[in-house]
Amino acid sequence: MRDWLPFEWIAASRFLREGRLQTVSIIVGVSIGVAVIIFMSAALAGQQANIVRRVLSSQPHIVLLPPPEAARPLRGDVAEAAIVQKPLQRMRSIDQWQKIVEELRMLGPVAAVAPLASGPAFAVRGEASRSVNLQGIEPPSYFRIVPLAEKIVAGTTRLGAQDVVIGTDLGTDLGVTVGDKLNLRVASGRGATLTVSGVVDLGSKFVNQRTAFVALPTAQALLGLPGGVSAIDVTVRDIYAAEDVAQAIRAGTGVEADSWIKTNAQLFLAINAQMVANTAIRFFVGLAVAFGIAAVLIVSVVQKSKEIGILRAMGASRGQILRVFLLQGAALGLAGSLTGCALGAAAILLWQRLMLNPDGTPLFPLELDPRLFAAATLLATLTGLVAAFVPALRGSRMDPVVAIRG
Amino acid sequence: MAEPVLRLAAIRKSYNPGTPTEVEVLHGVDLELHAREFCALMGPSGSGKSTLLNIMGLLDHPTSGRLFLNAAEATGLDDRALTRLRGRGIGFVFQYHHLIPAFSAHENVLMPMLVDRGRPDARMRARADELLSSVGLARWRDNPANKLSGGQQQRVAVARALAMDPPLLLADEPTGNLDTKSAQGVFDLLREASRSRGTTVLFVTHNHALAAQCDRVIELVDGRIIKNGTGR
Repeated sequence: MRDWLPFEWIAASRFLREGRLQTVSIIVGVSIGVAVIIFMSAALAGQQANIVRRVLSSQPHIVLLPPPEAARPLRGDVAEAAIVQKPLQRMRSIDQWQKIVEELRMLGPVAAVAPLASGPAFAVRGEASRSVNLQGIEPPSYFRIVPLAEKIVAGTTRLGAQDVVIGTDLGTDLGVTVGDKLNLRVASGRGATLTVSGVVDLGSKFVNQRTAFVALPTAQALLGLPGGVSAIDVTVRDIYAAEDVAQAIRAGTGVEADSWIKTNAQLFLAINAQMVANTAIRFFVGLAVAFGIAAVLIVSVVQKSKEIGILRAMGASRGQILRVFLLQGAALGLAGSLTGCALGAAAILLWQRLMLNPDGTPLFPLELDPRLFAAATLLATLTGLVAAFVPALRGSRMDPVVAIRG
Repeated sequence: MAEPVLRLAAIRKSYNPGTPTEVEVLHGVDLELHAREFCALMGPSGSGKSTLLNIMGLLDHPTSGRLFLNAAEATGLDDRALTRLRGRGIGFVFQYHHLIPAFSAHENVLMPMLVDRGRPDARMRARADELLSSVGLARWRDNPANKLSGGQQQRVAVARALAMDPPLLLADEPTGNLDTKSAQGVFDLLREASRSRGTTVLFVTHNHALAAQCDRVIELVDGRIIKNGTGR
């Protein structure tokens, strides 16, 4: 019995020590619950991050496009047309794109901005040709959105006025590799012969067959957009806030802004469903932990009814008795969560070591996120406290005469 | 004459009051206990002794009547005030010692002081040691309470009841489960506490030999005091 410990702590710790088997059982139960929550959360978050990373590492979070052209029939004195034909959507530049780019770079949620001149073209090599999506980029800003350097399989990402970087399958289809010449032509007849400076794997055969990156001025010249851009790519710091940021950009600039959430609606729904499932698992495991603690403490209150009566006869207040049992709940939650955190961490480390891809990399990365451990510890301790409330209240309200009589 | 330590005036106690199953177990009990008095409370089982003791100990409420502790009225006080009065003014010794098994003998004696002051300190420890020595259990200081013999446990209970130096000590058949020698030992401890510390003791017993050694014997039958006189 230490001098600095208050009565409630002394009594709570002794009661827990006295019911050693019960205490150990419930700590094991809480530990398993916390370990499951930690491992499941890390696994689901890792898997989710992996999917999102794979999908979003080769595309921007938001794409800004010029507003669609709309027919504007004359009104007033002139008779209204009976039929209004929808205008063709020509390739146009985003009006005042430099100003928009500068404004976007000032926005807090925005991580990177890159202007693009992109459009359809043909890659021609001898008798063979393939339709491609020609992407004219400013390498420094675009690489912050799509890190092409990480995807390079041959050559470099150098993009001078005469260079082109192509997808792996396009190179295979046309039989070109680094250093070879490739002719790019657009529908208007303009064309240029460029040197393949690099070959990249963008993670999808379809995309690899149809992608060619050139310098922005080269694309502007080919696509007939002198000094203009057809799109602005944006990445945001919080990928799940992309749609909100897109809406704010749309409202502020008047240009079309499509977020990845909108353009990959099915993927987002799947991720959302996974997050809901994760929350549900955490909730039910937490509930099981809470009921476990409450059950043990209810039994403890019944077992300790005589002691409660004696302490009340000695002058212990209802508040003191309440605190003795609340502390037991919190202590069980804390002890269980600490061992649970250790178990969860061990499981994560074991997973990283054992579950590997054929190339030796982890199946998907699991992070030992200190915030997850802190949250699990806090949550389990609070759960213990809340679960202890009913038994503690029951103990504190016991009639001492009845309690002593047992 | 000095104010009594405890005064009961027309105390009545009914169970299930206002219902068809109402039973009145105390029928207007008047009683005074004075400083340093050592009284025996006798009576057959079911006569209301324990109920009366619980009311005196502020563990139970009377249905009607008034209770004064050191001239201050205790009837009508809320639970918090009664708890404080009970902790500082009344010591209890129960028939089944009721020590807390999770604690040692020394810690059990320390407990009322710990409950009152919140944290243990050297003075409290010294007092617990002194009390344990006075009941002859200094050697068993660190033994868990449930590892002591019945007589030893009851001695610890006496030491615990005296921890706060209460003016009133209520002992509910403390010798009921002890052999004659141990019973006399516990009785002598209580007697000595009354003499040396000036504690007023009310001692519930069925043992006429022990009652005869008390200053006063109060006999309760069917919820009424039928005898209130000297024990000898």
